[in-house]
Amino acid sequence: MNLFSRYIEFIADYNIFHAFWVNITLTLFSGALALVLGTIAVVMRISPIASLRGASTFYVNVFRDIPLTVVMVVMFSVVWVQLQVSFSSDMSRDFYILAIIGLGMYHSSFIAESLRSGINTVPLGQAEAARSIGLTFMQSARIVILPQAFRGSIAPIGNTIIALIKNTTVASVAAVANETSGVMAAALEFGPQFNFLIFFTFALGYVIIVIPVGLLTTWLSRTLAVMR
Amino acid sequence: MSGIETSDKGASDIEPSNEELSDVVAELRHVEKYFGSLHVLKDINLTVGRGEVLVVIGPSGSGKSTLCRTINRLEPIDSGEILVEGKLLPQEGKELARLRADVGMVFQSFNLFAHKTILDNVALGPRKARKIPRAEAEAEALELLDRVGIKDQANKLPAQLSGGQQQRAAIARALAMHPALMLFDEPTSALDPEMITEVLDVMVSLATQGMTMVVVTHEMGFARKAADRVIFMSDGEILEEATPEVFFTAPTTDRAKDFLAKILQH
Repeated sequence: MNLFSRYIEFIADYNIFHAFWVNITLTLFSGALALVLGTIAVVMRISPIASLRGASTFYVNVFRDIPLTVVMVVMFSVVWVQLQVSFSSDMSRDFYILAIIGLGMYHSSFIAESLRSGINTVPLGQAEAARSIGLTFMQSARIVILPQAFRGSIAPIGNTIIALIKNTTVASVAAVANETSGVMAAALEFGPQFNFLIFFTFALGYVIIVIPVGLLTTWLSRTLAVMR
Repeated sequence: MSGIETSDKGASDIEPSNEELSDVVAELRHVEKYFGSLHVLKDINLTVGRGEVLVVIGPSGSGKSTLCRTINRLEPIDSGEILVEGKLLPQEGKELARLRADVGMVFQSFNLFAHKTILDNVALGPRKARKIPRAEAEAEALELLDRVGIKDQANKLPAQLSGGQQQRAAIARALAMHPALMLFDEPTSALDPEMITEVLDVMVSLATQGMTMVVVTHEMGFARKAADRVIFMSDGEILEEATPEVFFTAPTTDRAKDFLAKILQH
């Protein structure tokens, strides 16, 4: 038997598809959370109320400046172990939810900054026109500013989502089991003779996931660009 | 007061329906405004009567655009009072939004919502600020677009229209709110010469229909034709206030004579 077929036999014992599926679901849930939190943060950032602007700036800077690994360790060892925040009787479910919250908050800071750069592409006159027809701040933000800002920041938001896909592997430090980095570490431990093939397998998996996301964001940023 | 009888059918569309209206739509009392250390508005006192067309002229940097923008508080003032329909301009918030809904504004750079169709641009204010049902708001928006002559552009995006068409759409957007007062901040300054006329025509017809208007402009032809009163500003002050005939034929200050000599020689 050659090396390759021995590797196939070896790796079949590891549920790689399930591992990737865990990372994909982590991406979907934490990505949705990041978009919601990031949008709230950026609306606060441009609001007329100074305390909201300050709170948003603080939040964004905190999560942008702390390494993701630290955020995830805190979610596990501080939030779960010390503060005993729990969502269910199932520990692994808790870890999964806490990882989503940590990933969501961390990436929301980047989404907020992407959106803020998108808002800067919307001419000031758009906001003035919105106010002059009697729209409130929230109406102006929701109907006039944010739709244009989103369309102007699809590329940087796409980059954040791509980073998020790969960053979900850090969930292992928040004790999420069965995701790709944990499975890869286990495979490497029991099959060191296959180390190159193991790395290649996981790398290829991520490339296959990320490529369509990149193509989609490029296409969307072109087709949704606001004509001026 | 313009004193022009409004036999035109469209006139009733734009008159506010409120029964007891005073003769004064807007009033500025001792208004002062600074940009940093620059004193841009110096003790401005001004009333705008109902149905009046007030044209504000003056050199660049004279504060005329700023004056226009203070009336719906796009520019906050440092001291003094501004009243619209007898009410002091409120601070930022829902009250101010309500008041802005009654004051139409037309900008130099049109500022149509770039991601929305012309129809949506016009119907948006009535729908969101006045809570008028979509179908009703859109029906009226189409009427207004017809009145400014661009009904066939209703489903296009602003960037697909010429400048003149965009500005007419912006006028329709302001009219859709049934404003008590319309502010025009250099509405033709960003337009190619051949498009200026189509916009001025719409403005003249509004003026003859009795709309109360404050118009900042360099279009002296419009001022002569449509203005009830002209004010001339320089360095943040109102230097002259007169009917167009008097102002254009017999300006009293040297600054105004100088300004008119420069712009009327070509």
